[in-house]
Amino acid sequence: MAKRMRLRALEMAYASGANGSHLGGGLSAIEIMATLYHDILCVDPCAPADANRDRLIVSKGHCVLAYYTALYERGFLSEQDLQQFEQNGYHWHGHAMRDLVHGIEFSGGSLSMGMSFAVGEAMACKAQGLDSRVYVLVGDGECDEGLIWESAMATAHYGLDNLCVIVDKNGLQYDGETTSVLNTDSLAKKFEAFGFEVSEVDGHDCSAILKALKPSDISIQSSEKKPRCVIANTIKGKGVSFMENEKTWHHHTLNEAQYNQAREEVEHA
Amino acid sequence: MRELTRQMARVYSRLGQRGAIFGMAINERAAQDEKMVVLTADLATLSGMDRYVKSAAPWRFINAGIAEQNMVGMAAGLAAEGLHPVVTTYATFLTMRACEQMRHFMGYMRLPIVAIGSGAGLSQGFAGNTHYTIEDLSMMRAIPNIKILSPADAASAVMLFDMAMDSNEPVYIRLTGNMNTPMVYESTVPFGFGRSNCVRFGSDVSILATGTMVHTAIEAAELLEQKGLSVEVIDMYSIKPIDTERIREAMSKKLVVTVEEHSKMGGLGAAVAEVMSGEAHSSKLLRLGIADRFDLAGDYEFLLTQNRLTADLIAEDILSNLCMTNDK
Repeated sequence: MAKRMRLRALEMAYASGANGSHLGGGLSAIEIMATLYHDILCVDPCAPADANRDRLIVSKGHCVLAYYTALYERGFLSEQDLQQFEQNGYHWHGHAMRDLVHGIEFSGGSLSMGMSFAVGEAMACKAQGLDSRVYVLVGDGECDEGLIWESAMATAHYGLDNLCVIVDKNGLQYDGETTSVLNTDSLAKKFEAFGFEVSEVDGHDCSAILKALKPSDISIQSSEKKPRCVIANTIKGKGVSFMENEKTWHHHTLNEAQYNQAREEVEHA
Repeated sequence: MRELTRQMARVYSRLGQRGAIFGMAINERAAQDEKMVVLTADLATLSGMDRYVKSAAPWRFINAGIAEQNMVGMAAGLAAEGLHPVVTTYATFLTMRACEQMRHFMGYMRLPIVAIGSGAGLSQGFAGNTHYTIEDLSMMRAIPNIKILSPADAASAVMLFDMAMDSNEPVYIRLTGNMNTPMVYESTVPFGFGRSNCVRFGSDVSILATGTMVHTAIEAAELLEQKGLSVEVIDMYSIKPIDTERIREAMSKKLVVTVEEHSKMGGLGAAVAEVMSGEAHSSKLLRLGIADRFDLAGDYEFLLTQNRLTADLIAEDILSNLCMTNDK
């Protein structure tokens, strides 16, 4: 599934032409999204607004190449929807818009908003006696935002053990390494200090991600009612040699030669 | 609709707009609306909601701490799940610190949050400029999908709170004045989005006022009456959508005046000017409000006087403006 998603993401990026797209942070989140939609999320395209569904809040709103392709794999988006990516007048922007019919809970784009929104969702689920879990995907660059930490404090304060934060820690943001732009390193310690039970995994190893996210494992591990944080160590631009760990590929256009090379690399990986 | 009696209007008036909503109305509302959730940013006691905090189920009161941005974000999550969140803190910290959250969740995502900013205008007195709210209407007006209400007195604050909660739309309510707010309404009167109320009839001048300036405008109109001028006063409690029909009607008078405890830029005066500028034959518009500067602090009366927002100074400005118009 991850390979199909990565190939599809490249096609969409290439089709977006001169508009370009967020390739780097999209490709880093592919395995996280694949695992969530393949193994974790209790969601149903035939009943997309079911009260008992799990909620995924994509706070890192620019990773639509991973998000839309996962929604397609899970049956929420159609072939036509993907073809309308970044086309004038269509719904499928560079940052997803809330649309429960298509399984999209939150309008992303302004970083850290989703974390706060997820806290409210988790509170509402508890208040209404729902067993649903709320997952929120944030980037490590996004953790520069103060709102992430306001929200993290509230998550622990209100004992929201139904909330799980996943950090796509690819180590790069627009202007360069996260450690040099604004050092958010030791994220694990930070989330621990904010009252989360934290685990770190290889964010490109689906079985490791699955193990960290699986609700049954969480309840075994949690002695207290703690929210969870999974730090997924990833590579920005993962799967394409010339994009990996290159900040210029945060948002970029793909020419034909680059597209062909990228496709070949992913196909033969 | 809630019935208003003179006796209740007096009770509300003593509590002021904030106290009437959070000390009384939310308790009544909680009994009818089991989905209501109240969030504040460390301002529960000051807002007068101690009774609600003690009696409500724990999940129906959320103290976000001094974290306004997260307060609005959490309210958005609650609203998305079908609950009815009310968020409140000082208007300045709500609309400025959490401005983008209001834009994102209430505007862009159109989630039905009722956001109540208290202490708007200059009522914070010696707390100084950080606590004054003179730009909120300007900012909120420019955001699509957010409705804006600005009640004239404590009784109408309660009525408009009910209206906002019933609407299931994103609404910002701007509260002005202190405790012992003068009464404008003493009996049941209809309110609606995009409407206004004529609270004093007159034929020469039309004053379109909002917030507690409505009562001040009535006092100014009485002073002008003594000078032989017949002045109507309109309570423009719905800032967005605005009552365009009422504004067009007001243009039949010699002079249209707007009065607001907000910067002269971007608030009621600007909204009225936007409507009038689209008309072929417009009357003259005098916009009274807070000057475009940060002043030294003082008590509420001092600040209103500095900004010429007392009844006598408003009357004086209207008279001198009419004289200037006649001279020409």
